[in-house]
Amino acid sequence: METESFTKTHQATTVTPRTITLSINGQQHALTILPYVSLLDALREYLDLTGTKKGCDHGQCGACTVICDGKRIISCLTLAVMKEGAKITTIEGINHPIQQAFIDHDAFQCGYCTPGQICSAIGLLEEGKVKSREEVKDSMSGNLCRCGANQQIIDAIMQVKGGDNE
Amino acid sequence: MNNFDYQKAATVSDVVGKSTFVAGGTNLIDLLKYNLTNAATLIDINTIGEHHDILEIEDGVRLGALATNADTAYHPIIEQRYPLLSRAILAGASAQIRNMATNGGNLLQRTRCYYFYDPHAPCNKRLPGSGCSAINGYNRNMAILGTSENCIAVFPSDMSIALSALDAIINIKSEDGERSVDFADFHRLPGDTPPIDNNLKPGEFITSIDLPLKGFAKNYSYLKLRDRASYAFALVSVATGLELDGDTIRDVRITLGGVSHKPWRVKDAEHYLIGKKADRENFSAAADIILQGAVGFAHNTFKIKLAKKAIVRNCMMALDPSTQLPGAQPSA
Repeated sequence: METESFTKTHQATTVTPRTITLSINGQQHALTILPYVSLLDALREYLDLTGTKKGCDHGQCGACTVICDGKRIISCLTLAVMKEGAKITTIEGINHPIQQAFIDHDAFQCGYCTPGQICSAIGLLEEGKVKSREEVKDSMSGNLCRCGANQQIIDAIMQVKGGDNE
Repeated sequence: MNNFDYQKAATVSDVVGKSTFVAGGTNLIDLLKYNLTNAATLIDINTIGEHHDILEIEDGVRLGALATNADTAYHPIIEQRYPLLSRAILAGASAQIRNMATNGGNLLQRTRCYYFYDPHAPCNKRLPGSGCSAINGYNRNMAILGTSENCIAVFPSDMSIALSALDAIINIKSEDGERSVDFADFHRLPGDTPPIDNNLKPGEFITSIDLPLKGFAKNYSYLKLRDRASYAFALVSVATGLELDGDTIRDVRITLGGVSHKPWRVKDAEHYLIGKKADRENFSAAADIILQGAVGFAHNTFKIKLAKKAIVRNCMMALDPSTQLPGAQPSA
């Protein structure tokens, strides 16, 4: 009985799209989607908010990080239908000192991971849980930068965060 | 990924007797993407009005199954009274995932064995009877304790390693009523049923996890050794709680992670240590007891020695928890 789901492929029942409303960057967006659409795909493919990037689509790279009800989350491992009523902020809705700090510290090369890095950094700053540079590095480990700008990214965060850069 | 229907649950009675619940989604939605789980209907349990809180109860503290890992790790009660649990949670995943993942889901997450995720590879956990690709494959991350000829996968949770050491109790509801399970009896060894990770029955629902009063807040340590300093699963991890009388051990808990299909705790080793001096020699003898019967495979035999050294080092750090470095743990 317990092994059933591993040996049998369920025939997907006919599921019809549903209309939901998402609150993104202070605006209400109505969209008609199937339940299996991730929040990431809803943003990019249905709402044309392509600032949020798709890297791995499996929660390993952090490129799709957005802020949901004040917390940083990855938008690839949540469904749009699960986020009705939540307040979502994407890179398009951000105006924060961390952005200038990224420019000042040259905290990117290709820029693909940057929207996720910025959203994650804002989440880190608002959580207020980490203090030292080592802790900030650990707290940003969910955002990969394949160009290797990590040191400058941490520099930018430490500048905005203030305090001891040890 | 196949399509599925979707419902929001309002109460626990909406979900008992049913299957495929989504809370954080950080493992489940990934499994759905890989077609490792199929659901005709996904039931969203975030909308249930209870089980989201961390509460003091008469005999300890109750962790709501729907509280997030981050909210649990940073809760003042957990930081102050159960810092071992806080440490273990924060050693797992990334900040984003901890903001999403829930306590109930953490216990139910599936192995990250790469053959389990590869639809072209035989895997008894995914397709019973097809064989185990890991036993003669690349098995650096695999188990060394409690394995079977059918499966050498590892249970990847960090939180559960601390919950095992803390003697947590899992509260479960079903259509038949409520039951509680000791943490040690929840997760299973693979045996000849690798698809079954734990003893939660179909239709049952985890409502909360209880922590007994004893939190080992004075002498504790969680050590996680891995291929990079952060955001990787453990090669070996150790949770230690100590209760000392001077330098004599009055009570001790040691659970190993990253080495088995369930959190690995050997009570004989703890009994051996009680009444003895808290020093390297005794911790080393206890480590030998814990690793008794360990068998390595082509690429992970190193884990046996690594686990023994990790146990000794972690027990020594538990004598002075300030020696645990914040954030990323050093690997040397």
